[in-house]
Amino acid sequence: MKKKLIALLTCLVMVMMPVLASCGGGGSSEGGDASEFKVGLICLHDENSTYDLNFINGFKEAVEEMGLSEDQYMIKTNVGEDQACEDAAGELADAGCKLIFSDSFGHQDYMLQAAKNFPDVQFVSCTGVNAAASGLDNFHNAFAAIYEGRYLAGVAAGMKLNEIKEAGKLKGDAPKMGYVGAYTYAEVVSGYTSFFLGARSVCPDVTMDVTFTGSWYDETAEKEAANKLIKSGCDLISQHADSFGAPTACENAGVPDVSYNGSTKAQGPNTYIVSSRINWAPFFKSASEAVQNGETFDVDCVGTIADDSVQILELNTDVAAEGTQEKLDEVKAGLEDGSIHVFDLDTFTVGGKKADSSNVPAEGTWADFDPANAEALVADGYYHESEFRSAPYFDLQIDGINLLDTAF
Amino acid sequence: MDNKVKEPLIHITKRKMIPKKQEWAIRLGGILAALIVCAIITTITTHLNPIAVYGAMWEGSFGSERKIWAMLKELAALLLISVALTPAFKMKFWNLGGGGQVMAGVLATAACMITLADKMPSGAIMLISFVSALFAGALGAFIPAFCKAKWNTNETLFTLMMNYVATQIVAYFIIIWEKPKGSGKIGIINQQTQAGWLPEIGGKQYMLIVIVSLIMTVFMYIYLRYSKHGYELTVVGESQNTARYVGINVGKVIVRTLILCGLICGLTGWLLVAGTDHTMTTTIEGGKGFLGVMVAWLAHFNPLGMILSGLLMVFMAKGGSEISTALGLNSSYGDILTGIILFFVIGSEFFINYQIHFRKSHGKEATDA
Repeated sequence: MKKKLIALLTCLVMVMMPVLASCGGGGSSEGGDASEFKVGLICLHDENSTYDLNFINGFKEAVEEMGLSEDQYMIKTNVGEDQACEDAAGELADAGCKLIFSDSFGHQDYMLQAAKNFPDVQFVSCTGVNAAASGLDNFHNAFAAIYEGRYLAGVAAGMKLNEIKEAGKLKGDAPKMGYVGAYTYAEVVSGYTSFFLGARSVCPDVTMDVTFTGSWYDETAEKEAANKLIKSGCDLISQHADSFGAPTACENAGVPDVSYNGSTKAQGPNTYIVSSRINWAPFFKSASEAVQNGETFDVDCVGTIADDSVQILELNTDVAAEGTQEKLDEVKAGLEDGSIHVFDLDTFTVGGKKADSSNVPAEGTWADFDPANAEALVADGYYHESEFRSAPYFDLQIDGINLLDTAF
Repeated sequence: MDNKVKEPLIHITKRKMIPKKQEWAIRLGGILAALIVCAIITTITTHLNPIAVYGAMWEGSFGSERKIWAMLKELAALLLISVALTPAFKMKFWNLGGGGQVMAGVLATAACMITLADKMPSGAIMLISFVSALFAGALGAFIPAFCKAKWNTNETLFTLMMNYVATQIVAYFIIIWEKPKGSGKIGIINQQTQAGWLPEIGGKQYMLIVIVSLIMTVFMYIYLRYSKHGYELTVVGESQNTARYVGINVGKVIVRTLILCGLICGLTGWLLVAGTDHTMTTTIEGGKGFLGVMVAWLAHFNPLGMILSGLLMVFMAKGGSEISTALGLNSSYGDILTGIILFFVIGSEFFINYQIHFRKSHGKEATDA
């Protein structure tokens, strides 16, 4: 009997709680002046994921450089790509955050919903794609020109292949690379293509096989994919997926590896060559400073190698070919001063044909692309990556790269 | 009472019925002990003031109106699934497939919202998705129930495996409907047009699911306690032979009960997709199919009691995530605290059902009883 009573009481409390709370609340979302500036970050996982750790580190670096106190920033971890994200964004806004970042692509639609609900708060969906189309002035996308970093990593890979070739240790007749991708998503296509073009710029006869795992993080699948590529005769492996699967497979098989998102030298001391990553700190800092000073910032923000948003990490001189560091410095300088373009139209063909306004972008992959921009996309002899929106959109299947599967 | 024969240090006996007052005293004592142990561990491992940690956990569920609503939404979904599982459990049919049955409802709803988006008015989509979700959930429960009734298959394994089947089918359709191509994500369905979205009640996004969950809870309470169906399934649970003897068609009761279970799970999936989240992911059900088992058990299969046990679960989950935000602790720390508290809560059920006697307990037994 008593149990029933308690249960009924709980029922009542459940119904009443929101009512009571709404009486007590109010006014909490009102912010203050610049000194009360507060910034928030929403992460899909926590520090145990290399992807999220990269964001968390960049975020902490930015708030530290700005001299913000501990109660001026908030991080929400393990926020799913569903309604939980909109709730988390709302909670951060309630807590007084004037600027809120989210780190995963799947957060973007919920960040957009939150942006509609909080017109005075700036929302940034990092790696997202639809800010420009949303028409909201408090909703942004951000990415970095990571293809520049990939290109540099590719140069290091190409030099290693040359070394293997000169030593007569190629597995086949011509140098072949293998690449473990996550999905056939433009970000991945842009990544492996720039990597390949970097390698081919120093090793002209290289080809590449690409396979996809259908997950951004699946250690077993990535390891198996790398093993498959190694068995099929690849002389070097690289990846766009977040686990240590591919680097570990390479170390076990003694095949050189170019990593991503962070150095994997610890996992592969005898095979790791170099890695590239996005450094989010410069963007987090510049956006935060803008909001703190009451200024606006771009709807689409793109960091580059020149402002240190794209970094090339820890060259392993024990494995890399001789002279790699010098070559990397040279190419990096070229990318910075604009004398080298990653997607130079003279360096690749699509179906045997040079890319022009008639065949860019690839059909069906970039839904809201305005055909009127096709000319501008390939103007001045190079493909303008990450200029029309922050997230990568290069999606052409260029000659020399062989996709083993496209199920994902 | 002289100890002439060697008596063990402790021995355990089953208690007879004890007064409700004492039952609750043991429960509250268990929670209090858990809080003390958590406080000690928190102080030792994190050097934080445990009161601050508990305060943050409270904030996680009750800190603002938004947090209360988010907590209520979680509680409502969990409650619906727990309530759905209950009749099967009462029948001693171990349905571990609640999550999969919800996913079936999720898939059906998402399918209607995506494929019918520009073909018919929003209200029609709502209706069709409702019927499809209920059907899909019921089908997901019917298959293992039918096999159990017909060939006496093991329902625990069967329903468990059905979870993976449902999740994989959802994963397959996510790739088909993904937007943009290659992203592996569906995103918010019909974000612009809101076609097929359930209306907000009183301007509150989560009001609908909260109301429906309460209605279903009360319905299940009445169904189990006062209806003929409820009586029949209890008899089947107690003894199938007795049930047969008194003329109950056991197979029919199993299938009928599981279909009810699947219907409520399908309804949950419909509310999650059309009502609150407006997307489909492989994790949208969030492990509630399993958590619901615990909620139902803790409440001794009393639907009204599940409001309390469900609240405890959701409170712990929300609190755990809040302490990681507010105090910078890794969210696994919340799991540790949850584990300790559950250990004591389940442990106190042991002390409610059993009594421990110590050797040399002269004159003390009276206070124990």
